[in-house]
Amino acid sequence: MAIQQQARAGAKAGAITEEPGKGLEWRKVVRYIAVVLVVFIALAPLYWTVVTSVKSGIELNVSPPTLFPHSFSFENYLSDLSTTTFTRDLLNSAIIATVTTILALIVGVLCAYAVARLKFRGKGIVLGLALSVQMIPLIAIVGPLYVLYTSVIPIYNTYAALIIPDLVLSLPITVWFMVSFFRDLPPDLEEAALVDGASRMRALWEIIVPLTAPGVFAAAILSFIGVWNDFLFGLTLTTDSTAQPITVGVTRFAGEHTIPWGEIAAAAVIVTIPLVIVVLFLQKRIVSGLTAGAVKG
Amino acid sequence: MATQAVEVSARRQTLRDRFDLGNGFTPYLLVLPTVIMILAVAAYPIINSVWLSMLDNPLSPNAQFVGLSNYAHLFSNSEFTGSIGTTVIFTIISVALETIFGLGVALLINGTYPGRSLVRASILVPWAFPTVISAQIWYLMYNDRTGIVSYILQQIHVLPAGATLLQTSNGIIVASVITDVWKTTPFMALLILAGLQVIPNELYEAAGVDGSTRFQQFWTITLPLLAGPLVIALLFRTLAALGVFDLLYILGGNQVQSVASFSYNYMFTRSTFDFAAGVTAAVFLFVAGLIISLLFVWLMRVTQR
Repeated sequence: MAIQQQARAGAKAGAITEEPGKGLEWRKVVRYIAVVLVVFIALAPLYWTVVTSVKSGIELNVSPPTLFPHSFSFENYLSDLSTTTFTRDLLNSAIIATVTTILALIVGVLCAYAVARLKFRGKGIVLGLALSVQMIPLIAIVGPLYVLYTSVIPIYNTYAALIIPDLVLSLPITVWFMVSFFRDLPPDLEEAALVDGASRMRALWEIIVPLTAPGVFAAAILSFIGVWNDFLFGLTLTTDSTAQPITVGVTRFAGEHTIPWGEIAAAAVIVTIPLVIVVLFLQKRIVSGLTAGAVKG
Repeated sequence: MATQAVEVSARRQTLRDRFDLGNGFTPYLLVLPTVIMILAVAAYPIINSVWLSMLDNPLSPNAQFVGLSNYAHLFSNSEFTGSIGTTVIFTIISVALETIFGLGVALLINGTYPGRSLVRASILVPWAFPTVISAQIWYLMYNDRTGIVSYILQQIHVLPAGATLLQTSNGIIVASVITDVWKTTPFMALLILAGLQVIPNELYEAAGVDGSTRFQQFWTITLPLLAGPLVIALLFRTLAALGVFDLLYILGGNQVQSVASFSYNYMFTRSTFDFAAGVTAAVFLFVAGLIISLLFVWLMRVTQR
């Protein structure tokens, strides 16, 4: 991908413009310290959450808090995972995010292909639409959806109630990301297929789709994370674990008298760790996906 | 009869041709599902919300059209005007800090050094957190007795013993800004980093030959060429910050409301008679965002000249 090539070029040039001389070593040390500090700040809350999640009941209430856990147990995890609403909410989130992502991919990839490859009027309008949707405050579409779902289309507190608005979160980013991905792909192969007599649609499905599989996968990850992280739609368009996503379930955790810190921390780890692992492995693709629209415009 | 049949088949042929070769109807067929979906899931509710904001009680089947009177009521509601203040302060401070830190982090992690991809991956970690979960994690750390952040702030005497940021309205805003900056600076940094990497290196080489310092290069080359991506990143962050909800839902209790949380509270946690005020506040937020977007578009035109 172009961005990655540019990244490599940038990296090389960064090395070239590094000024030789006495100040160099000192400057390098300062830079390393700053990098370590940034990484520390980024990861410290994650560390704190993991540590809190494995502390036992007594240590959780010790003041001042212990920086390294003296006790170690999975009781908080077991407690979360043995709660039926918790596991049900996890399942809800997984189903909602998967279905939304698949829908957005099917529709968005076709759209992106047309915008990137074919000639037609109104391309700008399509891209502009996908961009402007991302600027709408979500709170402004929640009210009308609530009214609609509780009257005309009675799907309040179902998966459909969340999958439909979640498309707002995943479709635009899928379109933007795939457009930039298709544009980076050499058109030669596709033209060869067309010369062979394949139709546009066959060229798309048999040649372009396999070639773009990595891009589609990255778009899927971005979409999945976007939907998985939704809170507002889940909060307003569901009432209980019939369809409630885990982000909402976690906030409805609060105990009667004391706040169950350990269980909340364990839940936060369970909800976030899959995303963190994906991000760590697919860092480059996700970065190019996030920045697709902004840099190339 | 025969001639008619020929005519029909000829027309069918051209239709198929156009369909197959792609520059006739095909693009529209490919684009249509996306356009319909976006219109249905985003445009329709927005337009509908404008309509709902002009009804006396949108939840009632006998709702009456009342024009703009909901808006008049809204602006005489001090809870609402207070929420505007909170939202504006939160937006300005958090977006400014995120931009400055984002630029700093981007400049810092640009270039080659050992462990580069590990560093980039780790700064993405906060971005991957669901906002509401990150709010909860920080809520845990802000706790007065067992929270690590409160403990540190107490030790360095920013807070008195046993106190927490979450005791006062201003403290809650500060706590929300800290959490938001932690969560979104990586996003800013990566956008800016991508912008940095498309700047042709010949420019720096030429400047190096000229003998200009790195500091001069930053102001004369880096910053002007970053203006485009920076303005887009700023727009997205500003709109997201104006719609802040998840953070204050967890950290704000009922003390501190943003416009979005005011809207949520009126729509969903109070009597049905307050629903209209909630919808109206949400429409206000949408319109404010629209105006700001137009300002940014104008700004982009100016910077690209």
